[in-house]
Amino acid sequence: MTHTSSLHALARRAGAATPPAFAARVRGLSDRAVAWLFITPTIVLLLAINVFPLIWTIRLSFTNYRANRPNAPLRWVGLENYTSILSDPDVWHAMQTTAHFVVWSIALQVLLGFGLALLINRQFRGHGFWTTVILLPMMLSPAVVGNFWTFLFQPQTGLFNTIVAVLAGRDPSSFQMIGDVALAPWAIVLVDTWMWTPYVMLICLAGLRSIPDDLYEAAEVDRAGPWRRFWSITLPMVLPFLMLAVLFRGIENFKMFDMVNLLTSGGPGSTTEVASITLKREAFEKWRTGYSSAFAVILFVTVFGLANIYVKVLNGVKQR
Amino acid sequence: MSAPGKWPRILRRRPWENAATALIGVGAVMLMQPFSLELYGWSFAVILAGTAAFLVVSHFPE
Repeated sequence: MTHTSSLHALARRAGAATPPAFAARVRGLSDRAVAWLFITPTIVLLLAINVFPLIWTIRLSFTNYRANRPNAPLRWVGLENYTSILSDPDVWHAMQTTAHFVVWSIALQVLLGFGLALLINRQFRGHGFWTTVILLPMMLSPAVVGNFWTFLFQPQTGLFNTIVAVLAGRDPSSFQMIGDVALAPWAIVLVDTWMWTPYVMLICLAGLRSIPDDLYEAAEVDRAGPWRRFWSITLPMVLPFLMLAVLFRGIENFKMFDMVNLLTSGGPGSTTEVASITLKREAFEKWRTGYSSAFAVILFVTVFGLANIYVKVLNGVKQR
Repeated sequence: MSAPGKWPRILRRRPWENAATALIGVGAVMLMQPFSLELYGWSFAVILAGTAAFLVVSHFPE
């Protein structure tokens, strides 16, 4: 009773504090109208920041527009930008570099992440401490990671080179991870794996924790060995979660820019020039805005398509 | 869209969604494969067709 009366008192005080003109205006509105009133600023912001630039980019992709010559006459070129991108061996090479980066980093992350999840899923002394230590790289900014791995990869003073040199019995300056054409693509794979393996581990851990103990108990009753239990229970139950991790990391790595730009800037030559670096060069070094807009649309549609698959797999996991 | 009861059986969502997903996947592989420039040239059309198809068929009833 006291609670209800105090609520009424609170409502009276709030009503008294509301300016009369505003209160009169809002009082006549339906719930739906009030909801729209709250949502409208967000929708306007989304339209201005996301949807309008997207439509503008699609429009520019059919023109010869150059951002460094804004007063030059704008010519409608139709699908010319798209056909030249899709027949350009250099862009094709950038796509293959992206594929190398995506495939190897995901393969390593899945193997290591799943292995770590199996270890962390067991109860042992210092469990919480080691979980936190393993998760640390994921919490860093890609810009920070790119910068400090540049120092670690320094041929003479870098910690990575020193450790590898000690283990391999070689001189630390005998190899350059970032400057060598053969090693640079592996350097970006290594750094991405170091940073994002904990993420895959977390998703796998969620999958492992969702497996009911009854299944393992039933398997033990049937005298199933550890391998049999792994192949018949653990792996099939974690597989949808693994698919989720693979798709998410695939989409993220497909559009990876910041870490690669800070580590190698696409070099040496164009050995590590992934699609997003090529896009940046076309847009802001060669100033081919129309061409780079078409390239951005191609990348966007690809990511959008992959994101659809991701949502489909996510719904499958939710329904389990 | 007509009611699920009157919807043709052949246009069920699941198989068409799987086909569209496969088309997107094939397109993504074509985009990044190192074997044929011609396949690379057609990749965007395949991905675009797959994505458009996915958007349409995801509105089909189960």
